[in-house]
Amino acid sequence: MTVKAQDERLRPITLWQRLLLRPELGSVAGLVVVFAFFAMVAGDSGFLSWAGTRNYLEVAAQLGILASAVALLMIAGEFDLSVGSMIGVAAIGLALLAHPSYGDLPLSLALLITLGFALGIGYLNGFLVLRTGLPSFIVTLAMMFILAGANIGFTKLITKLTIVSGLNDKIAQDPVARLFTGELLGLPAAVWWWLGVTAALSFVLLRTPFGNWIFGAGGDANAARNVGVPVRRVKITLFMLTAAAATLLATIQVMGLGSANVLQGQGKELEAIAAAVIGGCLLTGGYGSVVGAGIGALILAIVQQGIIYTNIDLDWFKVMVGGMILGAVALNNYLRRLSLQVRR
Amino acid sequence: MTPLIELRKVSKYFGPVVALKDIDMKVYAGEVHCLLGDNGAGKSTLIKALSGVYPPSEGQILMEGQPVVFRSPRDALDKGIATVYQDLAMLPLMSISRNFFLGREPKRRWGPFTLYDAAFAARVAREELRKIGIDIRDPDQPVGTLSGGERQSVAIARAVYFGAKVLILDEPTSALGVKEAAVVLKYIVQAKARGLGVIFITHNVHHAWAVGDTFTVLNRGRSYGTFKKAEVTREQLLQMMAGGEELEALSVELELIAKKDPSAAAQVEQRVAEDLHKPN
Repeated sequence: MTVKAQDERLRPITLWQRLLLRPELGSVAGLVVVFAFFAMVAGDSGFLSWAGTRNYLEVAAQLGILASAVALLMIAGEFDLSVGSMIGVAAIGLALLAHPSYGDLPLSLALLITLGFALGIGYLNGFLVLRTGLPSFIVTLAMMFILAGANIGFTKLITKLTIVSGLNDKIAQDPVARLFTGELLGLPAAVWWWLGVTAALSFVLLRTPFGNWIFGAGGDANAARNVGVPVRRVKITLFMLTAAAATLLATIQVMGLGSANVLQGQGKELEAIAAAVIGGCLLTGGYGSVVGAGIGALILAIVQQGIIYTNIDLDWFKVMVGGMILGAVALNNYLRRLSLQVRR
Repeated sequence: MTPLIELRKVSKYFGPVVALKDIDMKVYAGEVHCLLGDNGAGKSTLIKALSGVYPPSEGQILMEGQPVVFRSPRDALDKGIATVYQDLAMLPLMSISRNFFLGREPKRRWGPFTLYDAAFAARVAREELRKIGIDIRDPDQPVGTLSGGERQSVAIARAVYFGAKVLILDEPTSALGVKEAAVVLKYIVQAKARGLGVIFITHNVHHAWAVGDTFTVLNRGRSYGTFKKAEVTREQLLQMMAGGEELEALSVELELIAKKDPSAAAQVEQRVAEDLHKPN
C-alpha cells in the first residue's frame, strides 16, 4: 500500500470549479446570449457593422465608467443614488465655470474646480452615512434630490435657463478637450477612458491591500474593523470615487456636446447599479467585480442600441433591461451558491 | 514571574448598568486561563475591554507589568492581543488566504505601486493551516466552504501567525459538534505549548476542564476569584457559575424528577410556582 500525501477526501479542482469562483461568470454568459440574440435578429440590418459596434461601445463606455466606481462602492457595502444627479451638477458646474459669459476660466482649471467640488460632495455623502449610521440608500437618496433641485435652482438663478450652451468655440481651442473628445484607433476617447478606469479599479480591487479592505468593509464591517481595516476611510474614499466618476462622465458629455443640461445624468444611478448587479455584485456587499460591472454596462448598451436595429419598438427597452436584471441576479445567485457548496 | 496581562479592579458601566465590577485577573505565558460564567455574567464585556473595543470605566490593564490603554482593536492587536470572536470575524465569500491576511495584507512593491502579495498570502495560509492539520486544496476557495471547526482553527492559526502573545477565544467551541470541539481544544493546547497566554471563554465546564490551568468565574459582573486546577473541582466550578445555592436546589429538584415519582414532581411544580411568586 502506498502512502497518500493528499487527504483522500480531496478531489482535484476542476476548471469549472475555478470558474465558479469568478463573480463575473454569469455576466459573461449573459453577454454571449444577448450578443448572439441581436446578431441573429439584427445582424444584417447594421448591428454587426463597425458603426453599430462603435455605437454601443460608446454607450457602454459612458455607463461603464460610472458602473465601475459604483461597483467598488457596492462591494464595500454602500449605495450611491446621488451619482446621477452629480453628473448634472458637474456638467453644469463645468459649463458655467468655463463659459465665456460666466466664469470664463480655462477648461482645465474649470475641470479641477468641478472635480474638487464633486469630491467634496462624495466626502459629505460618506461622512453622513458613517456618522449617522443611516443606510447609504437613504442618505444618498436625499442627496440625489438635494443635488438635482439645487442644480436647477442655481442654474436658473444664474442663467435664467436650464441649459448652458455655447461652449463649442472654447472646446475647439483647448487642447485639454481633446483628451475627452478625441479618437484613437477609430474608437472615441470615452471608450479608452472606460477601459482605463475599469482596468485601474479592477487592479486596485484585486491586487492591492486597499482592494482587500474593500471586500472586508462590505463583507462584514465590524469583523473588518476588529482586524484593523480602516472601514471608514475605505468607504469615504469610495464615495468620493463615485463622485469623481460622475465628474469624468459629465466632462466627456459636456466636451462632446458643447453644452450642459440640468437633467443630464438623471436615472444613471440606477443603470449603474443594474450594470454592477448584472456583473455579479452582491447588493449586500462583500462580493463582486469591476470587470463584471463593465460587462454589465456592455450588456445594457447592446440591448439599448441593438434594439434600434431590430423591428422592436424602442419603448420595450426598459422591459428588456428589467428582464435582464432579474435573470442575471437569479443566475448569479445560483452560481454563487454552487461555488460555496461545491467543495464541501 | 510577571503576568503577560493583568487586570486590576477593572469595572465597566453602561449608564446605570454595572456590567463588570472590580475584576482582578492575571494571565501568564504558557497557560490556558478559562473565563467561566453563565450568559450575562460579563464575559463578553470583559474581553471587549481586553481587546480594545471599549476602554474599562475604572481600573487598569497591565501588559508585562506596564499599564496599557488600548485605543482600538487594531491597537490591541499591535500590542499582541489577538481575539477570535464568537462570530469568527471571517467573511464567508472571501477566499481563505484573503481572510487570513485581512487587515494585515502582505505587501510587495511594483514600480510606484504597493501591491497585495497574493502568492505569498496563498503560500503562507496553506502552510499555516497544514501546521494545524487542515489540508486545503486551494487557498482561493471561499471560507464559506469550510466547516465551523475549520473556520475556528483558521482564525486561531491566523492569530498565532501574527505573533499574538495573548490569544482570547470567545466561546470557540459552543457552536461545534463533539469532534470539531475536540479539534479546537487541541489547537488551544498547541497555542499554549508555543508560549502564548490563552484566555478561553466558555460556559462549558467540560471543555474548560479539559484544557484549562486556571479558572476565573464570573457571575453577574463580579468575579468569584481565580483558582488553579488543583484547588477546585469541576463540580465546584459549575456551582459557582450557576451562582452557588441556586444550583444545589436545582439538582435536588432534578433528582426528584429523575425518580419519576408523580407526587415528587407535583412537589417540584408547587415549589417552582412558589419561587416565582416570591419577591426577589
